[in-house]
Amino acid sequence: MNSVPLFSGLQPNDLLYLLQGAGHTLWLALWAIVLGTVLGFLMGWLRSVSKIGNGLIVILVDVSRSVPLLIQLIVVNAAFAAFRFPLSPFLCSSVVLTLYMASFCSEIYKGGFESVPQNLQKAARSLGMSYLQAFVSVTAPIMLRRTFASWIGIVLGVLKDTSLAAVIGYIELLRGSQIIVTRTQEPLLVLLIVGVFYFLLCYPIARLGAKVEKGLSQ
Amino acid sequence: MNYHFQWAPVWRAFPDLLPGLIMTLELTLLSFVLGSVIAFVLAWGKSSSSRSAKGICVAWIEIARNTPCLFQIYMAYFGLGALGVDVNSFYAVLGAITFNTAGYLAEVIRGGIDGVDPRQYRAGTALGMNRRQTFSRIILPQLVPLILPGAGNQLIWSLLNTSLGMVVGLQELTGATYTAQSLTFRSFEFFIATAIIYYVLAKLVTLMLYGAARLYGGKRRVQA
Repeated sequence: MNSVPLFSGLQPNDLLYLLQGAGHTLWLALWAIVLGTVLGFLMGWLRSVSKIGNGLIVILVDVSRSVPLLIQLIVVNAAFAAFRFPLSPFLCSSVVLTLYMASFCSEIYKGGFESVPQNLQKAARSLGMSYLQAFVSVTAPIMLRRTFASWIGIVLGVLKDTSLAAVIGYIELLRGSQIIVTRTQEPLLVLLIVGVFYFLLCYPIARLGAKVEKGLSQ
Repeated sequence: MNYHFQWAPVWRAFPDLLPGLIMTLELTLLSFVLGSVIAFVLAWGKSSSSRSAKGICVAWIEIARNTPCLFQIYMAYFGLGALGVDVNSFYAVLGAITFNTAGYLAEVIRGGIDGVDPRQYRAGTALGMNRRQTFSRIILPQLVPLILPGAGNQLIWSLLNTSLGMVVGLQELTGATYTAQSLTFRSFEFFIATAIIYYVLAKLVTLMLYGAARLYGGKRRVQA
């Protein structure tokens, strides 16, 4: 009987496993970014039109910016479990990251809505547009354009923060790499691969954000 | 929907959390101070005429900003370990968060320097000041209020990032909480308590920043 070596080297399979982890990272980030942006848009609009709405949402925003995301993940995970409604690691981290994304988005969108001149909206209304029409074709496009660079910044943050989902058991890229490291005992090589992946994902987006910001300020 | 909160274990474990709290504060302040010093060097190096200095500084800034902080901590802890450099988790986390903070702060500082009119250097020269005098008496006082909001946010980020120490077994506030809750499995109560502590710490930092901003007459509001 052949003995099985305790540690085995890096195999092609491992790269496939890392790729799968990268897929999980992207999948989680995609949900959090899409849902978070939509929710953040609604919250930002509510905050800009209603004092009470603003007062309520500010509490959420304040907490999600002042408590480490790691703790937010653990607390929400524990809360669902404590109330006999355990969520899968993916669902739980999507919920937390969505709220996290939404609260940051609501902050820039609130400022964005308030920066659109009242005159433009009045002009649109006096052309016979309804509130909804003016909102859809005047206010929102201007607001989204102005806040695009900040939005890119938030997206980058959330992309990188998906790595924290590992603490509640979601096997994304970084957690996957740790599992491989445990078997192969080659932390440097595996971590470098992971680092290059994150960098290649984030750097172009950061460049795009910087370019847009420069273009808008001119 | 009938969960019974039990706060007694949390109160009893509170003295065990205090050393963790102190370590969190140490990590935050040390990484911020070291990071600020390095950030000034990076911001200066990025506009340096020496290609190699510029390359190193740009690489530092871009890697720090475009990879997760958790990855940087793993790199400092497991990666350096593989190279034969034996670092304990405290220095690994301190090093990684300093690396991260320096990268972000360098951009904040560069933004501030861009915000001050470069013609003031020439004006300073015309008044008979040398470059160092111009920087410390003319540019720096204008730089401080420009940098303060960004630097303040970064200080809060450093505080929140120290919680990642738990992942490499460091007994800072989050790590200490994790250890304490593992004795009673009251993880929900324990982490709510820790969340409140972090919240209060972040608010204290914000208050300090308001004070600093008033002191320097900064007009921009400090966020977070």
